[in-house]
Amino acid sequence: MDFFNRFAVPHPSFLIYGAMVSIAIAMIAVVVGITYFKKWGYLWREWLTTVDHKRIGIMYLIVALLMLFRGGVDAIMMRYQLSMPDNTFLDSQHYNEVFTTHGIVMILFMAMPFITFFFNYLIPLQIGARDVAFPRLNALSFWLFFMGAMLFNMSFVVGGSPDSGWTSYFPLAGNEFSTSVGTNYYMIAIQIAGMGTLMTGINFITTILKMRAPGMKLMKMPMFTWSAFIANVIVVFAFPVLTVLLAMGTMDRLFGTNFFTTDNGGMDMLWANLFWVWGHPEVYILILPAFGLYSEIISTFARRNLYGYKSMVASMVVISIFSFLVWAHHFFTMGQGPLTNSIFSITTMAIAVPTGVKIFNWLFTLWKGKIVFTTPMLYSILFIPLFTLGGVTGVMLAMSAADYQYHNTMFLVAHFHNVIIPGVVYAMIAGLTFYWPKMFGFMLNEKLGKWTAWLLSVGFVLAFIPMYITGLDGQARRMYTYSESTGFSTLNMVSFIGAAIMAVAFALLVYNIYYSIRYASRDIGSDPWDARSLEWATHTPVPEYNFAIIPEVASTEAFWDSKKKGHELFKGKIEKIHMPNNSPLPFIMSCIFFVFGFSMVFSIWPVAIIALIGILACLTYRSFEKDHGRYISVEEIEETEAKLRGAKK
Amino acid sequence: MRIKMKLMYLTIVCTIATVLAGCEPLLVLDPKGPQAKTQADDIMLSIWLMSAIVIVVLAILIFVLIKYRASNQSEDYEPPHIEGSPLVEAICIGIPIIIVIFLSIVSVESNYKVEATPAGYEDQEPIVIYASSSNWKWHFSYPEQDIETVNYLYIPANRAIEFKLYSYGPITSFWIPQLGGQKYAMSDMVTTLHLAADAEGEFMGRNANFSGAGFAENTFEVTSMSQADFDEWVDEVHETADPLTDEKFEELLEPGHLGRSTYTGTHLEFSPAPEHDHGSTDSEVEEPKQEDHTDHESGKQTNHDNH
Ligand code: HEM
Ligand SMILES: [Cu+2]
Repeated sequence: MDFFNRFAVPHPSFLIYGAMVSIAIAMIAVVVGITYFKKWGYLWREWLTTVDHKRIGIMYLIVALLMLFRGGVDAIMMRYQLSMPDNTFLDSQHYNEVFTTHGIVMILFMAMPFITFFFNYLIPLQIGARDVAFPRLNALSFWLFFMGAMLFNMSFVVGGSPDSGWTSYFPLAGNEFSTSVGTNYYMIAIQIAGMGTLMTGINFITTILKMRAPGMKLMKMPMFTWSAFIANVIVVFAFPVLTVLLAMGTMDRLFGTNFFTTDNGGMDMLWANLFWVWGHPEVYILILPAFGLYSEIISTFARRNLYGYKSMVASMVVISIFSFLVWAHHFFTMGQGPLTNSIFSITTMAIAVPTGVKIFNWLFTLWKGKIVFTTPMLYSILFIPLFTLGGVTGVMLAMSAADYQYHNTMFLVAHFHNVIIPGVVYAMIAGLTFYWPKMFGFMLNEKLGKWTAWLLSVGFVLAFIPMYITGLDGQARRMYTYSESTGFSTLNMVSFIGAAIMAVAFALLVYNIYYSIRYASRDIGSDPWDARSLEWATHTPVPEYNFAIIPEVASTEAFWDSKKKGHELFKGKIEKIHMPNNSPLPFIMSCIFFVFGFSMVFSIWPVAIIALIGILACLTYRSFEKDHGRYISVEEIEETEAKLRGAKK
Repeated sequence: MRIKMKLMYLTIVCTIATVLAGCEPLLVLDPKGPQAKTQADDIMLSIWLMSAIVIVVLAILIFVLIKYRASNQSEDYEPPHIEGSPLVEAICIGIPIIIVIFLSIVSVESNYKVEATPAGYEDQEPIVIYASSSNWKWHFSYPEQDIETVNYLYIPANRAIEFKLYSYGPITSFWIPQLGGQKYAMSDMVTTLHLAADAEGEFMGRNANFSGAGFAENTFEVTSMSQADFDEWVDEVHETADPLTDEKFEELLEPGHLGRSTYTGTHLEFSPAPEHDHGSTDSEVEEPKQEDHTDHESGKQTNHDNH
C-alpha cells in the first residue's frame, strides 16, 4: 500500500478529481475512436514513425494548441481567484501549483513547440530543401519533447504539481521546503523536453547552413529563416546551461548533493544565476522567430520588400549576443551592489536599441506600401504598438534603482505578458492563419479571424494594463489573495474580465477552425496571399519531397521575382529523389525515456536502471543500423506533379 | 472594422478612466523617504520619456496605415523596391542610443544613491536593524536598543536606517514601498538596505518574493515616529517585555504566521546572522559578537567557510 500511496496527490480537491475523471474519459474516447475507425495502422505508419518535417511540425502544433488550452485554464482560474478580495475559490497551495504550471506550460510546452512547429514546417520550404539535415534526429526531438510535456502534465493527477514558481528558486524548491514530488517532475520533465529542444537547435543550424537552395547566400535568406537561425544558435548556447542546472537540481533533490541548499556550502543564488543565464536568452529564443514571422507577413501585405534587410539581420545578431549579457537584471535586488547593477542596467537598456531598429524597419516597410488588412496583417499591426509598450516598460525595469520597486510586483507581470502576448502569441496566431492554407489547402475565415484579433486585443488591454497600476500600488506577484483594504479589487476585477474576453477570443479561434473546415473553399491554389518567398512556390498540399526540382534563387524574395520579374525558379529536369525512411526508434526510445523519467520522479530505482539500459540499447542499435533511405522514382514524381498541378489551377 | 476599432478605443478610455478614478496616489509614487523619492522620480521620468516613444511609434503607424492602405490607392500602384537608407537607419539607431545613454546616466546615479546612506542623512550615525524572515514572519532585532519584535517595525522618523537582511528559510524580499524598493533576504549571507522615513506615519511592509504557502500574508506594519516617542517605546519594552530565549526563538521559527510580539534581547546573541556580509557600503557597523555557539539542532544557521 505504501508503494501506491506515493502516487496520490498530496493536496487533492474537486478540481483535481474532476481533471482525473476527464483525462480518463478523454483517453478512453481516443483509444475507442482510433480502434473503431481502424486507424491504428495509419497512426503508426503516417505519424508515430514519420520523419517528415511537415508532419513533425504539425504534431508540434497540436501539442502547442493543447497546451495553450491547459495553460489558459490555469490563467482563468488565477484571474478568477484574484478578481475579488479574500476569494476562496483556490487555496494558497492550489494557487501556487496553478501559477507554477501556468508559467512552465506556457513558455516551455506552448510557446516553444509553437515556434518549433514553424521551424519544422517552414524552414525546409523557405530554403528550398527536401527535409531537415537530420530527419530522424528531428523525430527524436519531437518525441522527447512530447514525452517531457506529458510527464509534466501528469504531475497534476499523479503525485502532485510543482509549486515553487516557474523559476523554481532554491531553497524553496529544495527538499526542505518542497516535500512533494512536484519539483521532481519539474526537474526531470523539463530535462527530457529540453534535450529535444537542444537537438532541434543543432538540427536547424545544420539545415540552414548546409541545405539552402543554390544561389541562396546567407544574405539572401528570407527573414524568418534568419530569425530561426539566430534563435537556434541561442538555443545551442543557452540550453546546455539549463541541462546542467536541472541535473544539479535533480541531484540536490534525489541524491542529497548540496549545490543549492542553505547548509554545507550550498548557494541558493547559484540557482537564480544559472536559471536566468538560460532564462533570459530563452525569452529571445521565443521572440526572434516571432519577429521573423512578422517580417514575412508585413512585407507580404504591404506588398513591398522588407525595409532595411541588413539592419534587421544585424539587429538580431546584436540581440543574440546581448541576450547573454543581461541575466542579472532578473535579480537586481540580490544585493550585488551598485557597480554590478549599473553594468547590467546598461546592457539591458542597450538591447532596446536593436529592438527599436526592428520596429522602425517594420514601420518603413509599410511606408509607400499598398497595405491590405488581412487577419495576419491585423495581428502584425496590433503587435507594433502593443509590443512597443511592453518594450518600453522593459526599459523602465532595466533602471535598476527603480526596479527595486517593480521587482516581484504585478508591474513585472504586466511587462512580460505585454511582450509575450502581442509579441509571441500574436505572431503564432498570425503565422498559423497565414500558413494555414499552405498546410491544409483552405483558408481560415477572415471575418471570424479579425473578430478574434480585436477581441484578443481588447481582452489583453483590459487584463494586463491594470497590472501596471496595481504593481505600482504595491501588489506583489504570486499572492493567492489580498484583503479589501489594499484597494486592489476593482482593477483585479477588470483584469478578470479581460482574461475572460481573451478566453472567448481563443474559443472563437477554435470555432473558426471548425467553421472553415466545414465551409471554406478548397479551390484556392497554392498562393492565396500573393506571397513572396519560396515556401509558396511549391504545390498545396506540399508533396512529400517538397520540390520536384530544387529551385534556384537570386534574391531574398525568389518567388516574388519569379512572379513579377520572370525569374526562372525551376531549371533542369526531374530526377529521382532520395528520401529518409520512417523509423519507430525515436518514438520507442522516447517512450522508454518517459518510463525513465517517471521512475526517477518517484525514485523507483530498479525501473529507472532498466529504462536507462533500454535507452542505451536503442542508441547502440541505431549506431549499427544500416539504413540508406529510399528513392522516389521519376515516374512517381511526375504522376504526383501532374495530379497536383491539376488541382492547382 | 469600425465597430472593432471603437471597441478597442472604448477599452483604452475605460482603462485610463479607472486609473484616474482610483485617485489615491499609488504607494510607490507616494514616497515618504529619500530612497523612495529617488525611485519615484526615476519612474516618473521614464514614464514620460517612454510615453513619448510609444506616441511617436503610434503616430507613425497610424499615418502610414491611413496613407498607404490599398483602398486609398489606385489599382495599378506598384509599391517600389526600397533597400533601406543609411541615413534613416542611422537616425533610427542614433535617437534610441541617445535616450539609452541618458537613462543609463540616471540609472547609474540612482544606483549609487539607493545603495548609500539616504541623501540628507549622511552626517548621522544610522540606526541598525536586523530584519530576518522565517516562514512566514519577520523578526526585527535592534541590537543597539537590545530589543526584538515580530511582524511589526517601529522606526524613528528623520533618521537613517540600515537594515541587515537575512532569512531562516526560502529567499524573501524585504519591501516597504513608501520608504524604498526591496532587497532579498537570504540564508547564507546578509544584505544591506538603506532607508529613511521623512515623515511620521504608518506604512505597509511585506515580503515580496514568493516563499511558499503562507506568502500572501507575509506582511508587517511599519510605524515611523519621532525620536522621542521611539526612545520612550524602547524604554517601555525594556520594562514590560519578556526576554527572548533560545527556546522561545526556536518556537517562533516554526512555520506559521503569528501576530505581533515583543521581546527584550535579540536572537543575534545565540543565533547570529550569517557571516557573509554583502553590499554594505559606507557605514561599517560592528557585528554583534560571534560567540561560537554550540550546534543546536535547528541547523538553519549557516556558517560559511571562513574567507
Ligand atoms: C526591450 C527589451 C526588454 C527589456 C529592456 C526587458 C527588461 C526586463 C527586465 C529588466 C526584467 C526583470 C524585471 C524584474 O524581475 O524585476 C524583465 C523580465 C522579464 N522579461 Fe523582459 N525585457 C525586454 C523584452 C522582453 C521580451 C521580448 C520578452 C519575451 C518575449 C521578455 C520577457 C520577460 C520575462 C518572461 C520576464 C520575467 C520573468 C519572471 O520573472 O518570471 N522581455 N525584462
Ligand atoms: Cu531578462
